[in-house]
Amino acid sequence: MGSDLPEKGLVLLSSWPSMFGIRGVIALEEKGLEYEYREEHLGNKSATLLRLNPIHKKVPVLVHDGRPICESLIILQYIDETWPGADGAPCFLPADPFARSQARFWADFIDKKVYDAGTRLWKMKGEEHAEAKKEFIESMKLLEGELGEKPYFGGETFGFVDIALVSYACWFHTYDVTGGLNMEAELPKLMAWVKRCKERESVSKALPDPLKIYDFLLSLKKRYGIE
Amino acid sequence: MAESEDVKVLGAWMSPFVMRARIALNLKKVDYEFIAETMHPKSELLLKSNPVYKKIPVLFHKGNPICESLIIVQYIDETWTSVHPILPADPYDRAIARFWAAYIDDTWNPEVRKYSMANTDEERAVVAEKTFAGVQLLEEAFQTCGKGGNWFGGDALGYLDIALGSYLAWIRVTEKMSGLKILDGDKFPQLTAWADRFCAEEAVKGVMPETDKLLEFAAAMIARMKAASSAK
Repeated sequence: MGSDLPEKGLVLLSSWPSMFGIRGVIALEEKGLEYEYREEHLGNKSATLLRLNPIHKKVPVLVHDGRPICESLIILQYIDETWPGADGAPCFLPADPFARSQARFWADFIDKKVYDAGTRLWKMKGEEHAEAKKEFIESMKLLEGELGEKPYFGGETFGFVDIALVSYACWFHTYDVTGGLNMEAELPKLMAWVKRCKERESVSKALPDPLKIYDFLLSLKKRYGIE
Repeated sequence: MAESEDVKVLGAWMSPFVMRARIALNLKKVDYEFIAETMHPKSELLLKSNPVYKKIPVLFHKGNPICESLIIVQYIDETWTSVHPILPADPYDRAIARFWAAYIDDTWNPEVRKYSMANTDEERAVVAEKTFAGVQLLEEAFQTCGKGGNWFGGDALGYLDIALGSYLAWIRVTEKMSGLKILDGDKFPQLTAWADRFCAEEAVKGVMPETDKLLEFAAAMIARMKAASSAK
């Protein structure tokens, strides 16, 4: 089987609405790395994707010099460790082991709680929907509390948890609509943080238009027959 | 021995996740105090130190709590750096080790656990098939990651060894309860040999539960869970 991947360099297989793929874009842009972006259509996954991620068959997959790395948070750490900060440029994860453990904890929390509750906001109805709404807001409030008065989750510098969460920002409008929420009103500090992050070129480049995300969801629901 | 810097592990003898923290500390030759968690009800200490999940293990170091077993293992590796590296040195090898540890926790183990709650032969057969498919993947991963060495970590016991090895007592219990041979020496020779090697390690021996004791505990736990689910 011929390889359609370059022998050297970076390729990111992703899907534009995927918050996990968006993380990869932000990380690569933050490091100023050259890479090829390949769009995957998740209803029709490429042979390359299935070969590179046979177990999960998911995006994103980062390919570096022909070798695949899967799972977005693992990709973030790989990028950070392979291209560490030089000339004073900070790394995504802080230097102190305890601070690192906290960053990993909250990034993991985001994927366990926010993703799950957020998905249930548009999938579920009735009691399950109410439950999802409660869990979603609770989780986001916990994160807002963790941010506190800091400009970023990473403190003075944009880092691991910032990338992990801001990738969801394009989905907030969708969560508002499907969840009957007003995140701007309920989570003012967090939404201010989103604005701050969007001032970074890497983030504004990576985040699609929230309205397009909502349209995407509508077409997804139609395709899978979800009311 | 590293000087005691007020290191504590809050946990319980039967938890594979707690075992991970203890194995890592043992590898680093760090003295620690083991605090047995009461569980039912959960202690004040647990609720205070892990308010988000309220789960064991919690590692305490210099008064700081660290939660989530794999995060704890990485913390231990990054804090005590002069002895026995746990994560591989190369970033790509690290990514692969992290990938398989996540696979074990998020995909494989949840499948294996379904066996005890399965009610029909059909359900059991599906779980068994998925379990074996996973073991096959891990047998292959052992060869890729281990690069000819005795461990997933190569020449020394590492992150992925800890991640999978901590489940071995529970795997043995599942084998006894189900009659399935999960670590079949004929089908999975590398993993089977590795499992024996892992359990014989000094850093592991004292914290690996005895299969019979765990079997008794598991039977009681499953009975409770089945009673609770049929009472709904």
